[in-house]
Amino acid sequence: MNAASAAPALQPRTIDEVVEAVRAHPRLLAVGAGTKPVPAAVPPGFATLSLRALTGIREYDPAEYTFTALAGTPIRTVAEELARHGQYLPFDPPFGEAGATLGGTIATGVSGPGRQRYGGVRDFILGLRFVTGAGELVQGGGKVVKNAAGFDLPKLFVGSLGRLGVMAEVTFKVFPQPRAFATLRVELPGLTAALAVVGRLGASVFDLEGLELDPPGTLWLRLGGTAETFAGRLAELERQAGAGQRLEGDAEADFWRRRVPLAADPASHLLVKVPVTLGAIPDLDEALAAAGARRQYGAGGNVAWIAWPGSAEALDALLNERGLGGLVLTGPSPRALLGRTRGEGFRRRIKAALDPEGRFPDF
Amino acid sequence: LPASDTFLAALRRLFPAARLLGTEAGLAPFESDGLTAFRAQPLAVVIPETRDEVIAAVRLCHQHGIPFVARGSGTSLSGGSVPVAGGLVIALNRLNKILRLDPAQRIAVVEPGAINTSVSQAAARHRLYYAPDPSSQQICTIGGNVAFNAGGAHCLKYGMTSNHVLGLTVVLPDGEVVELGGESLENVGPDLTGLYVGHEGLFGVALEITLRLLPMPECYRTLLAAYDRVEDAGEAVAQVVAAGFLPGAMEIMDRLAIEAAEAAVHCGYPADANAILIVELEGERMGVEADFARLKELINASGAREVRVARDSAERLLFWKGRKSAFSAVGRLSPDFLVQDGVVPRGKLGLALREIETMSRERGIRVANVFHAGDGNLHPLILFNGREPGALERAEALAGDILRLCLRLGGSITGEHGVGLEKRAYLAEQFNPTDLEVMHRLHRAIDPLELSNRGKMFPGGEAPALTAHGAHPLERAGIISRE
Repeated sequence: MNAASAAPALQPRTIDEVVEAVRAHPRLLAVGAGTKPVPAAVPPGFATLSLRALTGIREYDPAEYTFTALAGTPIRTVAEELARHGQYLPFDPPFGEAGATLGGTIATGVSGPGRQRYGGVRDFILGLRFVTGAGELVQGGGKVVKNAAGFDLPKLFVGSLGRLGVMAEVTFKVFPQPRAFATLRVELPGLTAALAVVGRLGASVFDLEGLELDPPGTLWLRLGGTAETFAGRLAELERQAGAGQRLEGDAEADFWRRRVPLAADPASHLLVKVPVTLGAIPDLDEALAAAGARRQYGAGGNVAWIAWPGSAEALDALLNERGLGGLVLTGPSPRALLGRTRGEGFRRRIKAALDPEGRFPDF
Repeated sequence: LPASDTFLAALRRLFPAARLLGTEAGLAPFESDGLTAFRAQPLAVVIPETRDEVIAAVRLCHQHGIPFVARGSGTSLSGGSVPVAGGLVIALNRLNKILRLDPAQRIAVVEPGAINTSVSQAAARHRLYYAPDPSSQQICTIGGNVAFNAGGAHCLKYGMTSNHVLGLTVVLPDGEVVELGGESLENVGPDLTGLYVGHEGLFGVALEITLRLLPMPECYRTLLAAYDRVEDAGEAVAQVVAAGFLPGAMEIMDRLAIEAAEAAVHCGYPADANAILIVELEGERMGVEADFARLKELINASGAREVRVARDSAERLLFWKGRKSAFSAVGRLSPDFLVQDGVVPRGKLGLALREIETMSRERGIRVANVFHAGDGNLHPLILFNGREPGALERAEALAGDILRLCLRLGGSITGEHGVGLEKRAYLAEQFNPTDLEVMHRLHRAIDPLELSNRGKMFPGGEAPALTAHGAHPLERAGIISRE
């Protein structure tokens, strides 16, 4: 923690106030609820623009499968409103129970286990209004589920870490929520066998709502739909993946609610998201195990969540050696992005265009 | 020597004569694209065979300040691949390889000139496929799909091209080569791949594209319902959505489109229906069967005069045959037609269709409607005869008013064709001057000389004049269509 982040935060309540606050401060960083404190750490000399008071769902018409809300709106508020109409954010935004906001979820680009079925936060954001580093209020994308007009700025802001602009209002696509869920837990003899099953199920006809692996060999397979179909589908799934333990009802829901993040003690561990591929997991997993890091693999082997006990530098080196990049969410790390960064030449130009005076911190 | 001569001399050192076109006859096929109303003659066309040749061509253009347009099969419906007069066309058709297909990771790495369907064909033996399915998919290229964020009939459930591109190697307009994204579905840092897709050719040329593949659905269940009024079909779509279904596709055709399709391919649609709705569920058999039973009940109660359920895959394909041939079929009703692809919120579909009908009647211009109802993506076909003085202008004016209607209802001027040359003026009605200035600044930061596909997307700037040239030859042949 540094002195600047302890200073009283600016707390705009309206989009106009966000614009004013940005224009009034030559150095600032917008933050949400602080559930992912590493990317939200405000560097010395920068003002803190808290979006916690910029909340509220502005438009929601269930028949359109879309809603528009202010950027500081908690995920929990949105999820409750959607649930009233049998809908949900299918990418399971994590940290919702801790108070995470829509804006913070977009800025860090994190999705939960549900990303397996229909895609991540990038696949559900449709539009946003944001304030550039030059103090301009800009609309990108739109409010309809299909739109090819103009550059896709909403996607650019996914993972932008508050470095390209301050989000004020966002529009998402939503889907009808499955009426019921059931989960199968399967124990396999080791990582190799487990990865083979993950690959096979990912390429199979099963419409899994979750496909997660706790190394070495525990698989969590989630089905959604009408409960009457579960007996038959679970039996089919067991034929493919092996016999397992079935979870249904509240126990099932609780398991997935707690699934991400890994519980990582922020005083001693870094909680890190690392995009991976199935092929990269064996080598990475061996290195992580050797370092005593706990880890889990989500979205059919596309993301590693790591509780890293060592220094940020050591993990940075480990990731760099493997051509991987990571995002530190919590714990003692001086920076959020570790390991390999791709497309820097492109990113630099974008940063110069959207934040010409360097009002926001660099990456 | 004039600048263009020095440039051409340098091009000749890079490309053998057989792959450098500069004569009137050689250039003619490249003068326009799927939207034949715009034409421009480029200075030359090069046909690279390697990515290094593409990079060299781009760097040469940058060095000489010559604008360039990268081109795939030229099926853009917004004039997006029309050459810049006096500029270079980089024809990517020979860079059409699928470089790698990894069934375990479920990705395909392809060159920009790879044909859309060739990806699914290559993936089929692993029971995987590439989901975005624009109607020209038999000939359009992945590079073009990436540039214009192509859509198709399955966007509500599966999204557009941008939802299926994981990584890119790109040569920026000044010749810098960058890698964006990767092979994972996940990413850290700003989603540069997401911004790149849909750049309309303004951010240089994609050299290598990593696509996500999906498992083929185990089962499809399809029904076709006939209605007396097109609004009733629209209302049924709203009910399907409200009931919590997520169909892979929901398509509506109006009477004129039905008649045309019936005459062309004898698909056996219910006679004298004023609207037809096709709804298709797909996925795991047990889940789909349970949902389909509920869907049938809902549609039966939705005021349909007739509901048919496809009994087998042959009948399913027959349902789709009429739908898929609708565009070329409507084209036969009239020497020329324009298509727009504006989007409205799904709940406003009925209203939008009524207003289009009123405009059509008042102006005496026939309009057929075929649309992706699930995502509110209209495709009004505006029929006219280009030989009649002023007819094209009247059709264009009606098309423009339909786009304004989409905006008034809270939608977008384009769902999947892009802005291109055609809808540039309307972009300024969807976005305000500040929005456009920031997009411009982004554009100039990436391409300070505005060489890459100059003149597209942004209002103003140079553009070839609009003239009626009739349908594209491939369209007349029924190979491509404007949706």
